[in-house]
Amino acid sequence: MDARAILRDGLFDRNPGFVQLLGLCPLLAVSTSVASALGLGLATLAVLAASNAVAALAGPRVPREVRLAVFVLVIAAMVTAVELSLAAWWPKLHAALGIFLPLIVTNCLVLARAESFASRRPLPDAVLDGLAMGLGFLVVLLALGASRELLGRGSLGADLDLLLGPGYTGAGWQVFPESSGLVIALLPPGAFLLLGLMLALGRAWSAARRRAAAAPGLAASEATR
Amino acid sequence: MDTHRTDAAPGRALRAAAVLAAAAVAAVALVSVVHERTRPQIEASQRAERLARLTSVLGGVAWDNDPLADTLAVRDPELLGTDETLVAHRVRLRGVTVAVLLNVVAPGGYGGAIRLLVAADPQGRLLGVRVVEHHETPALGDGIEERRTDWVHGFDGRSLGDPPPARWQVRKDGGDFDQFTGATVTPRAVVRGVRNALVYVERHREQLFAAAAAPAAP
Repeated sequence: MDARAILRDGLFDRNPGFVQLLGLCPLLAVSTSVASALGLGLATLAVLAASNAVAALAGPRVPREVRLAVFVLVIAAMVTAVELSLAAWWPKLHAALGIFLPLIVTNCLVLARAESFASRRPLPDAVLDGLAMGLGFLVVLLALGASRELLGRGSLGADLDLLLGPGYTGAGWQVFPESSGLVIALLPPGAFLLLGLMLALGRAWSAARRRAAAAPGLAASEATR
Repeated sequence: MDTHRTDAAPGRALRAAAVLAAAAVAAVALVSVVHERTRPQIEASQRAERLARLTSVLGGVAWDNDPLADTLAVRDPELLGTDETLVAHRVRLRGVTVAVLLNVVAPGGYGGAIRLLVAADPQGRLLGVRVVEHHETPALGDGIEERRTDWVHGFDGRSLGDPPPARWQVRKDGGDFDQFTGATVTPRAVVRGVRNALVYVERHREQLFAAAAAPAAP
């Protein structure tokens, strides 16, 4: 499997958020602003790449009976390490992400990639897959976070100082006044509605692309009919 | 899982157990190393955070003690909004208590407890109020956060007599404090929580503003 295919899988064809619909709980819960989406997305990305690396290195040597247990242990340890590091160096972000940071452990995306892909592949492929899947997840989180923040608060990236430090207070744009925002976009129903809309748009787009790719001959025959 | 094979080969089961044990040891090792490495930094961050919040809520008051260490335990389910024993901080200048910080809970929020930090001076005047933790509706109720609006500064300089007790309410209830469009419950809870904290300060003034036992710093 070449690197291009792995990247395309993670970002498009088997995108964890849009196509596989894995890890929806953090996806829907944390995507209320660009900053928190970016924070959780990056944390998940780091855990995915690292756990895939360990799975690729140790996978072949771990007996099948305990493989799942070993991976869960490793992932839990890594998530705890990431959580402690965030608490130490980005305390505000740590507080903003709250319970969803330790809950990366339960993101089935991480375990699924380690078990079904990384443990059967060479190290570079596994790490690349972790990065690609993490990036795919991050992109969906960001898209949802940006649209919810924009619709709900009329701003984009207004909380970025949580991520970048107090020097960035007031970074981001206020596109329209917060008072005319749609509150539902920030609430859980809004998350479901927006994700549903995005999924529908994505499906329509890929269907259109498939039709276009299915040879101009088909279009021509339809035209003659 | 193919248990029959495991039964047939006890060596295999032992190996599996050994690998699992090794993984557990490695995981614990990783967590404890990271924990040791980050602990001082986490403590420093938390301290800095608390100190920054404290400085912000005190406004321009000058002090020379360490309010984070100069604490007393307070408990009053009726006025402080919770059964828990809460921490109050004394803020002193040359041994004289110039302000008291109370951690209180404002009951009746839309999404559960709203935790407030309330700073009052010896005259029972508010130096400032900050929302420490809340679960109110985003974009509707979270205007009580200082980073979102300056609503919370409406308490600065107020006391139990200003406005008079009957007007310690949101405007909708006939009081002096603004509510937000679409959200009355949240500001109402905060106003009540702050007023109760001031009542508590008035009732326990002696104890809260007691003179320093330790000698004053130079």
